[in-house]
Amino acid sequence: MYVKRRRGALPAGTPAPDFSLRSTPDQWLNLSDFRGQNVVLAFYPADWSPICGDQMTLYNEILEDFHSFNAELMGISVDGAWCHAAFARDRKLHFPLLADFEPKGAVAREYGAYRDKDGVSERALFVIDDEGIVQWSYVSPIAVNPGAGGILSALENLQNRKKKKNK
Amino acid sequence: MSGLAGVDITRLSVPVTRRDHIRGRFDAASTLVEYGDYECPACGAAEPLAQAIQAALGRQLRFVFRNFPLTNIHPHAEHAAEAAEAADAQKSFWEMHDTLFQNQMALEDEDLARYAVALGLDVDRFIEELMSGVYTPRVREDFRGGIKSGVNGTPTFFINGFRYDGPRDLETMIKALRKTANE
Repeated sequence: MYVKRRRGALPAGTPAPDFSLRSTPDQWLNLSDFRGQNVVLAFYPADWSPICGDQMTLYNEILEDFHSFNAELMGISVDGAWCHAAFARDRKLHFPLLADFEPKGAVAREYGAYRDKDGVSERALFVIDDEGIVQWSYVSPIAVNPGAGGILSALENLQNRKKKKNK
Repeated sequence: MSGLAGVDITRLSVPVTRRDHIRGRFDAASTLVEYGDYECPACGAAEPLAQAIQAALGRQLRFVFRNFPLTNIHPHAEHAAEAAEAADAQKSFWEMHDTLFQNQMALEDEDLARYAVALGLDVDRFIEELMSGVYTPRVREDFRGGIKSGVNGTPTFFINGFRYDGPRDLETMIKALRKTANE
């Protein structure tokens, strides 16, 4: 009998599934609105992890580095928009947190980044290029904050490749 | 991992050089690098551990501290880091480093100046350098190097060139330091 294999995170070369998610209690954000820009999608299990080792807090410190690669950062978890709002205010985050809340984890599932057992998303990173194609993905062990080095290297490689192409 | 060519996200990508703040012998067999933030409670809590490791390994270890201030959640961390650099310019880095960690709740600019006085530094120079941001680029350089190496919060430790994600206890860390030491 055919047994469906557990799907991993969407690999490089895959078109990134579009989505529309709440970024605040009264605003929605569509991935497709970001065509022409690179997007860094950072799935994480939950708001309110211990402060000094928190992934979103770390990324918040290097937004200008992402911007220098024409990239917008978005965090995604299954937390609701009000929870995100309180978390973002507390940590002074300056980038959107998306609520993959209803149906729960639907976007995480599409990206192959949902943990059925735990009911939360993986710590999964996706770098999506300006044409909406996944160019890099990485899933970190759930307890390990992956940092930002991988993202920045991927953006750098992307930029170099583009430069070569345009020559 | 998939996609763009292999990216090792947990390797210390900025090697230890004479530029670094080092406790211990430069040619020691083992290297412990800490990326830390003077206002971070977890870093303060890790100080006794870092010191105990140094005490236990003695001449076999060099301990390196690099700046990684998380400025959005720790509003005093940037100036504290620059204060340690300003003290370094007057050959008192570790004295200031220890003072800052012993006084994590008092890191206003006037506190920093007070510590400079207590350490016998040229306070006019210290304040001028701090206020004009002489060491801002240096701190940012540490931060960027840390990001590149996979620093994922504070404190982050690297043992002999690789990020250490294991338990933070004396015995385990000493074992890890010994295991991968240079012969």
